[in-house]
Amino acid sequence: MTTGTTAGTALGMHNRTKRQVIDEAFMEHRAKVLDLAAFLDRVDRAASAASAASAASSGASLVTGDQDDDFRTDALRRAIALLLDGKPERARRILELWSDRSTEPIAVAPMKGALGAVDLRAEFQAKGRA
Amino acid sequence: MYIDPHIHMVSRTTDDYQRMALAGCVAITEPAFWAGYDRSTAQGFADYFRLLTDAEPRRAAQFGIAHHTWLCINPKESEDVGLAREVLGLIPGFLDRPNVLGIGEIGLNKNSRNELLVLDEHIALAKRHGVLILVHTPHLEDKLKGTILIMDAMRNQGVDPGRVLIDHVEEHTVRHVLDRGFWAGMTLYPDTKMTPQRAADVFEMHGTDRLWINSAGDWGVSDPLAVPKCRLEMRRRGHLLESIQKVSFENPKQFLSQSGRFRVSVQGEA
Ligand SMILES: [Zn+2]
Repeated sequence: MTTGTTAGTALGMHNRTKRQVIDEAFMEHRAKVLDLAAFLDRVDRAASAASAASAASSGASLVTGDQDDDFRTDALRRAIALLLDGKPERARRILELWSDRSTEPIAVAPMKGALGAVDLRAEFQAKGRA
Repeated sequence: MYIDPHIHMVSRTTDDYQRMALAGCVAITEPAFWAGYDRSTAQGFADYFRLLTDAEPRRAAQFGIAHHTWLCINPKESEDVGLAREVLGLIPGFLDRPNVLGIGEIGLNKNSRNELLVLDEHIALAKRHGVLILVHTPHLEDKLKGTILIMDAMRNQGVDPGRVLIDHVEEHTVRHVLDRGFWAGMTLYPDTKMTPQRAADVFEMHGTDRLWINSAGDWGVSDPLAVPKCRLEMRRRGHLLESIQKVSFENPKQFLSQSGRFRVSVQGEA
């Protein structure tokens, strides 16, 4: 396995300091953190599934179940925890966290698209109990 | 000078060819893919293959871009195995066209049994005709599982991994693909998946051997200039010009030249 340092040196990367990398991209990523915060606030402010259902007939959604406890926002919160664990390769580990970890082909494709994460709630609940 | 080894020009305007040429694009390869709707007959695919092997190379040549293609029925239309087999039957009639490099983009979408069955039949077809393979891996939560299933299917049929490029790799699949001897492609999307910044990170972490970048520009939100934008990102970071040229020109040229048909000039020089 190629280490980050060796591959980076081969590319001519050895001259960049942490300070340079931060100077270049801090503002962009500061904005991304605020986007994420505002998104979670927006979800909190939105009507719950129960009250929305009584207000109007809802359009078809790819996601079923209780919208107040959506597996996607749950997956997002678990990924945010990985950002803070101080370990390397955060991008790889988050992608693995959100991946379907089954190994056998499924019977029939239920749709063409993908949702971006698997439902981790049962797995983490079981871990919590163990 | 660069190569975009995965772009669906059928969905792009002639202006895009012009902008790509201005940005230094000299050659492209266009895999057969999902048109955004399911085609109802095999004849629909025959017309699509004529477009890929006849009309599109002529449109590209106007801008000095050498156009190449890959043929298949894509995994999104593989649930109907009957139709897939009809389309598979049409492909040998097109494999002798001068711009056809091989079979692609084949692979999996939702990792279903029929998708895997149709993938197996495409691999067998490629082996029978001794042509290269370009692989589409599933998106998002299905990618990791699909990538492993696809590599296992290749191994089961004894395919030489050096003649297969596995596309749309990300941080969690790139190492699996390279460690098993395959070539790997990173697709640069404007926002939902791999970005030019993350692709440059992957080069810093995993090196530049057997890796290329492409735009996979199509009818969706995508950017036909994604490859030059990634080159710019690498330059901005101080990556060596040699490395930039390797991932955006030399590597695709090396892999694709195994077909014996790849050209970087419309005049025909290799
Ligand atoms: Zn594609």
